[in-house]
Amino acid sequence: MNELLRNVLFLPEQASTFARKVDSLHYFVIITTMIASTVVGLTALAFFVRFRRRSETQVTPLLNPPWWLEAMFVLVPLGFFLAWFARGYSDFVELKTPPKDSMDVYVQAKQWMWKFSYPDGPNAIGVLRVPANRPVRLMMTSRDVIHSFFVPSFRVKQDVVPGRYTETWFEAIEPGRYQILCAEYCGTNHSLMRGEVIVLRPEEFDSWLADQRRGRALQQDGAPTTDEDVASVADLVRQGEKIAVQQGCLKCHSVDGSPHIGPTWLDLYLRREQLEGGGTVVADEGYLTESMMDPRAKIVRGFNPVMPTFKGKLAGPEVAAIVEYVKSLRSVPVEQARSRRPVYEPIRRR
Amino acid sequence: MSPSEGVDIAFPAHHYLNEGTTVRSWLLTRDHKRIGVMFLVAVILALLLGGTFALLLRFEHLTPGPTYVSAVTYNRLFTLHGVIMVWFFLIPAIPSVFGNFFIPIMIGAKDVAFPRLNLASLYIYMFGAALTTWAMIHGGADTGWTFYTPYSTTTTTTVAPMLLGIFILGFSTIVTGINFIVTIHTMRGPGLSWMRLPLFVWAIYGTSIIQVLATPVLGLVMLLVGVEHLFGFGLFDPARGGDPILFQHLFWFYSHPAVYIMILPAMGVISETVAAAARKNVFGYRAVAYSSLGIAFVGFFTWGHHMFVAGQGTFDAGAFGVLSMFVGIFTAIKVFTWVGTLYRGAIRFTTPFAYICGFLFFLVFGGMTGIAVATVSLDVHWHDTYFVVAHFHFIMVGAAMMGFLAALHYWFPKMFGRTYHEGWGLVSATLIILGFNATFIPQFLLGNMGMPRRYYDYPARFQSLHVASTAGSTLLFFGFMIIFIYLALALKYGRAAGRNPWGSRGFEWETPSPPPLHNFEKLPVFTHGPHEYQGTAEVPHAA
Repeated sequence: MNELLRNVLFLPEQASTFARKVDSLHYFVIITTMIASTVVGLTALAFFVRFRRRSETQVTPLLNPPWWLEAMFVLVPLGFFLAWFARGYSDFVELKTPPKDSMDVYVQAKQWMWKFSYPDGPNAIGVLRVPANRPVRLMMTSRDVIHSFFVPSFRVKQDVVPGRYTETWFEAIEPGRYQILCAEYCGTNHSLMRGEVIVLRPEEFDSWLADQRRGRALQQDGAPTTDEDVASVADLVRQGEKIAVQQGCLKCHSVDGSPHIGPTWLDLYLRREQLEGGGTVVADEGYLTESMMDPRAKIVRGFNPVMPTFKGKLAGPEVAAIVEYVKSLRSVPVEQARSRRPVYEPIRRR
Repeated sequence: MSPSEGVDIAFPAHHYLNEGTTVRSWLLTRDHKRIGVMFLVAVILALLLGGTFALLLRFEHLTPGPTYVSAVTYNRLFTLHGVIMVWFFLIPAIPSVFGNFFIPIMIGAKDVAFPRLNLASLYIYMFGAALTTWAMIHGGADTGWTFYTPYSTTTTTTVAPMLLGIFILGFSTIVTGINFIVTIHTMRGPGLSWMRLPLFVWAIYGTSIIQVLATPVLGLVMLLVGVEHLFGFGLFDPARGGDPILFQHLFWFYSHPAVYIMILPAMGVISETVAAAARKNVFGYRAVAYSSLGIAFVGFFTWGHHMFVAGQGTFDAGAFGVLSMFVGIFTAIKVFTWVGTLYRGAIRFTTPFAYICGFLFFLVFGGMTGIAVATVSLDVHWHDTYFVVAHFHFIMVGAAMMGFLAALHYWFPKMFGRTYHEGWGLVSATLIILGFNATFIPQFLLGNMGMPRRYYDYPARFQSLHVASTAGSTLLFFGFMIIFIYLALALKYGRAAGRNPWGSRGFEWETPSPPPLHNFEKLPVFTHGPHEYQGTAEVPHAA
């Protein structure tokens, strides 16, 4: 019954404890309203037919409803409305009251990305990893305008407001990947402000978190230890790619020619770009470096001045590595590049 | 269309349309009927413009990614669609057009209480519209019609002139409201007690109260956002001690009652037309009259249901949630009353009646989904998705538009003295009602799936429902085009309608069509109610 109604109503999968609860009220409300609406509609239809005008001089009786009928007009719908309210509000209070033992994740929203931070662990952009069957509380704030954290499969949504923390919580019940959407209009790329919740089995999550902590400690020591790390130093292009991933460059710049928040890096090197406010520039090493240090100096036409400066965040060799990486991105036949465009494909079950 | 077909009805020699035919005689008129007609032209132009934007938006959604406009253009289009449809069409559509034209006639007055102020309200509307158009040509805003801060105060688009246009337009609404309240209180003819007022007058009275009390809050908040945008006041900016949620409270304090500014007059129209079509008294006159006032009052205390997930307190959400349930009851009473009116009536199925049926359908389904989104926990999923979009289009475009079209088709013979082609009327009514459903039912399902509103680019799984919705919107477009064509033709070639083509007992049908300059050949004395059909089989009259 649940699955049937869920499919009839086009609802997404129920991946949290709250989703099942909300959907059962949803079904109740939809069924009662549809029955009531159909009864009203059929009554009206019966009257159209039964009481159609038969002659132009037809006389009609003066009718007014008796008091008990008017009382029923008020009390019957009010009874239903208040029942829905009572049930809906008690669920809402639950949504507003995270369990004491929930795991905290801090969420920072900005135009147009989500950043998730674990209190004693890693940061992640765009991807929120959580354990299944464990309540997770999100403490959320925005760095610019109002956004809204929305996971349709969890039936959870909460506006993320600058200057204050809002919170919400959920308990995922099924390992899998679920889309995060921004639901509050936040500007040009509002519709691209998407992310993903990856629900892991609790033991998988614990080991992931432990790995992240270890990795972080190593990073802080500044000593690359694995063979892979040592080897990559020799290859500027590969190192550049790695830094670009670490620094989040690829959150806004695609490397396959697809449009994104910033200009694509594919074929960028030595491309002649039209600038906002007139003029052109050739994207040589100098321009690429300037764009990292002072991103707002020359904005390519059609893009918003949203890139933060990386002055102080990137050392000289790192900048060079990124430039080398950009230079390495030359176009292969266009069809091939397009087929590599990332497409969101939710994985249903593991 | 009229049972007196075949009988040659004379068109009156003197009426308000031919008392002075110069442009000047129109632009400087103080005649409420001519002002109503000029408002009709203005709101139809606004409807065409807003409708064009809606079609452009729908066609952009045929494919998930960019179809033919850029993200920035898309964001401007939905802002302009909202601004124009809400403030330049829906809010003035029924009160400023049909309210202006019919309230004085219905209460036996020669004009409204302040005719010069009435003309001023038209010019204020024009000025506000001109300023908004100017802002639109110079780029337009990309904030959505809701102008949420801090986005609206930081975007580089031309927000301030657009806000100023709406601010100015607000005065037109306020002035019209005051004019109607004073007119209804002081200028009722002999024998016309409050309990004999036509229900359309009651509805406009309730609407006017909301217009006068709520619109100043809108003016205030538009002005505050405007100065914040221009001079950086920081009232809504947390970095400078302000609060973005404060804006939402102020905005919805106006904009929720504004929904009733749009729907109450339509409800009044339905009360009039359903009684005339069924030739029967309204089933529970007092219930309908008082529920108009009830909506006007309780409607002021439900604004927080737009903000369940915005960051307001849990207690507030409960209070606004329960109050929203009460406002639904007034609508329920009206629906039962209209259906009850049909019972043992003598119903004739005409174009206005087709729109009554459409209205009932959209109001019942739109209202029921309204109660559903007011159910706090359900709203968490639906908020800011296409479900909410579909819900308020059912009410504001479905129901309110049905009211407007019912009014246009019911009163067209009175306003212009001529009849339109009934067959085409029914064809376009069918197209429009089917088109609305085909456009918005897929959007309910999109909302259930989790499709957020104001999305330029959407995940591919939503595409098929978007295509269905776009297909529906083209039906809607053709329906409207047919209306404009046959009404324009009727203005010139329509048969003379006669005084009372519907056989209605409403007071406006006792004067010739079109009415003379001062509304009546001799001022009426009211000896019966406007919806009383008993014992008097009022037969359609020749002039």
